[in-house]
Amino acid sequence: MSMATTPDTPWQRLAVLVNGRALPKSAVPELSITDFQQAILGGVARQCRVAALFGMPDRTSPDALWLYVVLADDDSSRLRLGRTRIGDNSFPSLTPACWQVHLFEREIAEQFGRVPVGHPWLKPVRFHRSYQPGRDAWNRPAEAEIAAGVMDFYQVKGDQIHEVAVGPVHAGIIEPGHFRFQCDGENVLHLEIALGYQHRGGERALAAGPGPRSIHYAETLAGDSTIGHATAYCQAVEALGGIQKSARAQSLRATALELERLANHVGDLGALSGDVGFTSTQAFCGRLRGEFLNMTAVLCGSRFGRGLLCPGGVRFAPDVSAIDALRRSLVRAEAETRQAVELLWNSSSVMARFVDTGVVPRQLAIDLGMVGPAARACGLNRDARQNHPSGLFRFTHIPVATWESGDVFARAYVRFLEVQRSCEFVCQQLDSLPSGAVRSPLAPLAADSLAVALVEAWRGEVCHVVLTDEQGCFERYKVVDPSFHNWAAVAMALRGGQISDFPLCNKSFNLSYCGHDL
Amino acid sequence: MFDILAARWKQGARTMGYPDAAPPELPGHFRGRPIFDISRCPSGCDACAKACPTQAIGAEGGKITLDLGRCLFCTDCAEACPQNAVRYSRDYRLAVRQRENMVLRPEQELALAAQLNEKLRSLFGRSLRLRQVSAGGCNACEADVNVLTTIGWDLSRFGIDFVASPRHADGLLITGAVSNNMLAALRKTYDAVPDPKIVIAVGACAISGGPYINHAEVGNGVPAEIPVDLYIPGCPPHPLTILDGLLRLLGRLAER
Repeated sequence: MSMATTPDTPWQRLAVLVNGRALPKSAVPELSITDFQQAILGGVARQCRVAALFGMPDRTSPDALWLYVVLADDDSSRLRLGRTRIGDNSFPSLTPACWQVHLFEREIAEQFGRVPVGHPWLKPVRFHRSYQPGRDAWNRPAEAEIAAGVMDFYQVKGDQIHEVAVGPVHAGIIEPGHFRFQCDGENVLHLEIALGYQHRGGERALAAGPGPRSIHYAETLAGDSTIGHATAYCQAVEALGGIQKSARAQSLRATALELERLANHVGDLGALSGDVGFTSTQAFCGRLRGEFLNMTAVLCGSRFGRGLLCPGGVRFAPDVSAIDALRRSLVRAEAETRQAVELLWNSSSVMARFVDTGVVPRQLAIDLGMVGPAARACGLNRDARQNHPSGLFRFTHIPVATWESGDVFARAYVRFLEVQRSCEFVCQQLDSLPSGAVRSPLAPLAADSLAVALVEAWRGEVCHVVLTDEQGCFERYKVVDPSFHNWAAVAMALRGGQISDFPLCNKSFNLSYCGHDL
Repeated sequence: MFDILAARWKQGARTMGYPDAAPPELPGHFRGRPIFDISRCPSGCDACAKACPTQAIGAEGGKITLDLGRCLFCTDCAEACPQNAVRYSRDYRLAVRQRENMVLRPEQELALAAQLNEKLRSLFGRSLRLRQVSAGGCNACEADVNVLTTIGWDLSRFGIDFVASPRHADGLLITGAVSNNMLAALRKTYDAVPDPKIVIAVGACAISGGPYINHAEVGNGVPAEIPVDLYIPGCPPHPLTILDGLLRLLGRLAER
C-alpha cells in the first residue's frame, strides 16, 4: 500500500532540533519571506508556539537582515527553525494572522529599524535607538530624544470616559512600568502597558561574549529568575561546546530551579493574600518565602542562587550535613506552607475576590502564545520540563499542574499545586543525590552554529537562542523571558474588569519588568 | 475562623531577636566581605583583577585594591587566584557613608557607616519613611529590601516603613543601575520628597552600575546630582546587610 505523498509545505522544510542541542547555521533553511511566514502559520496551525522570532544583522551585507524563528512543537518535543533574509526597510506583518508574534515584530522594528507593514500596534517596546544607525522604524531624527513611555496610547472617547495613568514609580517595592487605563466609571474598557523603563542593554551586551560578564548578565536578566536564566545560558554554551554535565550537577541544577520556583510561588501566594486583605496568609507566606530562599543559600551562599551555576556544571556541592539540614527545612516549610495557603481556599472573602476575576479564556491564551503557570491556569498543558525536557528532567518527571478557569483563583491554585510537586521533587533529589564531580571541563564553542535552550523557570519558559560566528564567539544572543509572552494577557485580563482589581490581577501574573526590558 | 486561629498558633511568633539577640544564622557558603591574603600573592600576579567581571579589583604596581561598590561577591577572583589568596569572610557588615571609603587595600578596615548628624537623627532616628525606587534593578535587591517588611525581620519595629508616595517620605532607597529610561522618573521622585531628605543606594548596580557598568543604556548608578547618604554593597546584599546599614545610619547600632 502506498501513501499519498504530502506536498512540500514551507512548514515541512524547517530544520528540526531538540532543546539543549546545537546545529550548524547552514542547516537552518533559508526561506523566502512568504515561505518563512507560511511556515510559521503552518506550525501555529499544528499547535506549535513561537518561542522566538528575532533579527540578526547580516555581516556580509549591511542592508540585509536575517530573521530567525524558533517554533516549539510541544506535542513532539521538537523545535523547528527557519530563517529568511530581508533586504528592504520593511516586511509584511504577520501579526494580523498570528497574534503571538505581535511583540516580536515590534522588537525587530525597534532593534533594526525594519517596519512590519500592516502591524496593528506598531509602537516601541523598550524605547532605545535602533542598533543600526540610520534606520528607524518610526523615522525619528537621529538626534531626537527617545523618552520612555511617550507614545500614542490607545484612547477611548466619550462623555463618560476617563483615563487613569499609573507609574512608572508605583506604590509598593516593585519595578517600574506605566499602565494606562481607559475607564467608564470603575469599568476598564482597555488597559495599555508601556514598559522599557528597566532597559539596561543586557541582551545587546551578551552578544559580545562569551566573556567574564556573560554569566552575570544571565543571572541578572531577571534577578528573581537567576537560576532559570543561568540554566538557559549554561545549556546553550554546553550545547555549543559539546560539554557533558555530571548527574550530580544536573540534580543540583534541577533542585535549585525548583527551589527558585518554590520561593517565588509561595511569595506570590502571600502577596495575593495581601491584595485581598487576608493578612494571615500574607504574613505566613512572606516569611516562608524567605525559608525557601535560605535553602538556595545553603546550596551556594546566595539566596538568589548567584554564583551557583557555571557552564559545565555547578560551583558548589552540599555536604551530607547540608543535605540533611535542607531536607528538614523543606519538610517543615512544606507543611507550614500548605497550612497557610489552604486557609485561602476555605475563606469566602478570599474566594469572592479570586474567582472570576481577571479571566483569560483558553483560546485567547493559545492565540497570545502564553506560557508558564498563567497558561496552565487557562487549561493549557504547557511546561518545558515536560514538553521539552533537558538536564535532569529527561529522566525525572514532575506532573504538569493545570486548572481550567483562567482567573486569579486558577493562577493561585496552579501555584499551590506546583509548590507541592516541587517540594516532593526536591525531597527526592536530596534523598538520591548522585555522587561524583559537579563540574566538567570547558571546550571551545562550535563555530557558525546555533543553539536553543528552553528552561521552565517559575514564570514560564525562558528561551535563549545563541548564534556563533566563524571564531565560535557569540554573534547574536536572543533572550525571551516568559514575561515577553505574557504581558499582553495582563492587559486582556483587565478588559471588562474593575480598575480596583488591577493590583490583584497584576500580582496573579507577577510578570518581570526587567526580564521584558532586558 | 478557628482554622485561622489554629494556623496562627502553629505558625508561632517569628520575629527575630536581632539586634538585641544574635543575628540570624548565615548559610555555610555565605559570601561576606572578601579577604585578600597578599602575603601569598606571587609578584606581578594580577589574575584576580583580570578575572573580575566588573573591574572591582585593582592590581597596579603589585598593590591590590578592592572596590566594594563594584564587587558582585561572585567567585571569579577566588577561582582565578593560583594561590588561594582570596576568600570570603562571614562579615555581613558592609554599609558605608562615603563612596571613596569603599575602595580598600587588603589591610584596611572598612569604615562602617556612621550615624546621621544630630539634627537628622532627631528627625528620623525613631521614624523613617522611605520611598523605594527601582531604576534598572533586576528585582533581587528589591526583593531583599521587601523581605525586611515581613514578620521575620519586621522593619517597622524600628520605626522604618516604606511608603507609597515620595510626598510622604523622608528619603529614597534606590536600587538598579539607573537606566536612561528611569532617570527622569527618579529625578522627579527625588524632587518630590520634602527636605530634609536622605538617599540610600542598595546594591552594586545603584552604587556603580554593577554588571551593567559603562553600558550606554544606564548611568552607572545613582547620578551625582542626587547625593547618597548610605551605600549598601552586594549583588544583592543579604537582608541582614541592609538592615545593619539602616540601623547604623539611624545610630541604633552605634556601640555594636
